[in-house]
Amino acid sequence: MINPIHAILTVAVSAAVTILLRFLPFLVFRGHRKTPAVVSYFGKVLPYATMAMLVVFCLKDLNLLPFPHGLPELISCGVVVLLHAWRHNTLLSMILGTACYMILIQSVFV
Amino acid sequence: MIFPGCPPRPLHFRSIQVKKQNVLLRSFQTSLPVMAGYVVLGMGFGMVLRVKGFGLPWAFAMSLFIYAGSMQFVLANLLAGGASLLATAATTLLVNARHLFYGISMIDRYRESGKAKPYLIFALTDETYSLLSTDPRLIPTDPADRNRFYFLVSAMNHAYWILGSVLGSVLGGILPFDSTGIDFSLTALFITIVVDQWQHKSGRLPAVLGFAISIACLAVFGPDRFLIPAMLLILAAVYGIRGREMA
Repeated sequence: MINPIHAILTVAVSAAVTILLRFLPFLVFRGHRKTPAVVSYFGKVLPYATMAMLVVFCLKDLNLLPFPHGLPELISCGVVVLLHAWRHNTLLSMILGTACYMILIQSVFV
Repeated sequence: MIFPGCPPRPLHFRSIQVKKQNVLLRSFQTSLPVMAGYVVLGMGFGMVLRVKGFGLPWAFAMSLFIYAGSMQFVLANLLAGGASLLATAATTLLVNARHLFYGISMIDRYRESGKAKPYLIFALTDETYSLLSTDPRLIPTDPADRNRFYFLVSAMNHAYWILGSVLGSVLGGILPFDSTGIDFSLTALFITIVVDQWQHKSGRLPAVLGFAISIACLAVFGPDRFLIPAMLLILAAVYGIRGREMA
C-alpha cells in the first residue's frame, strides 16, 4: 500500500486538471456579454466533428493486424449504424449492438 | 425523427406550459441510454480500484470529484504504481484534453443556465455532452425548464456513475453473468448520435473531417498521443470551412 497522503494528492491533482479543462473555455469567454461570433460558430459546428472524434477515441486501441483483426468491433459498429439508420431508436441500437459485440468476443472470435 | 431516449412522439414537450414532472420524466428518458453503460462501467472501475488496494471511500470520492470515466481507469494504475504528481497532471491533461471541445461547444447553450452553471460545467462528461449538445429539439424551450433539464440529466448521469463505482467496490468480482464487452454500449451510444447528426446535412462535412483527421492522427501518432494533434487539426479544419451555410 502506498503512502495515503500521496494517493489523496494524486486524486486531487487529477480532479483539479479535469475541472480546469472543463472550466477553461467558460472562463476565457466569461467577460463577453455576447459570445464572439467565431466561438458561436465553433459551438454550432464542433459537436459534429467532436462526436466523430469521440467514436475514434473509443476505438483507438483497435488492432487490425492480429486475430481477430478488429472484426468484433467493426461488425458491431456496422450493426449499430444500420439498425439506427433504419429504426432510429437509440436504446434498441445500443442494446442489440452491445449484445452483438459481447457474443462476438465471448463466443465467436475466441 | 427520434432522439436519444425520447418516446416516438415527444410533441407534448413543445407546448408552452410544461409540467414539472414532465421535465423530470424527460430528463430521465434522456439519461436512460447512459444509465446501463455508466452503472456497469462504474462497477468495473470500482472492482479494478479494489484489486489495486483502494476500497469504497476511494471509489466514491474519485467518481464524485473527478467524474471522468476513462481517466479514472488510468488513475487506478497511476495510484497503484505511485506515479508522481507531475506525471499524474500530464496524463490527465492528455487523456482529458477533449473536454476543452465540450466547453467550447456549450458556451452558448450554458450561457443563461443560472445557479447550476458551475455544476453543469463540472459534470460535462463525454456522455452528458453527447446527450446535451446534439439536437436543440430535444431541449425544453422554456428557460427555467431547460435549466432544470440540463441539471437533471447531468446529475442523473453523475449518480449512475457513482452508484456503479460504489456497487463495484462493494460487490468485488461478483457478477451474475460475463459482462466482458459491455463497455461497448457507450461506443454504441456515440455512434447512434453520429447517425442522428448525419441527418443534418450541414453537419456532414464537419463529421467527415472529424473522422478523417482523427483516424489519420491515430495512424501517425498512435493511440496515446493522437488526441491533441487531432483536436488542433479539427479546430483548424472547422475554422477553414466557415462561411459555408450552416443550418
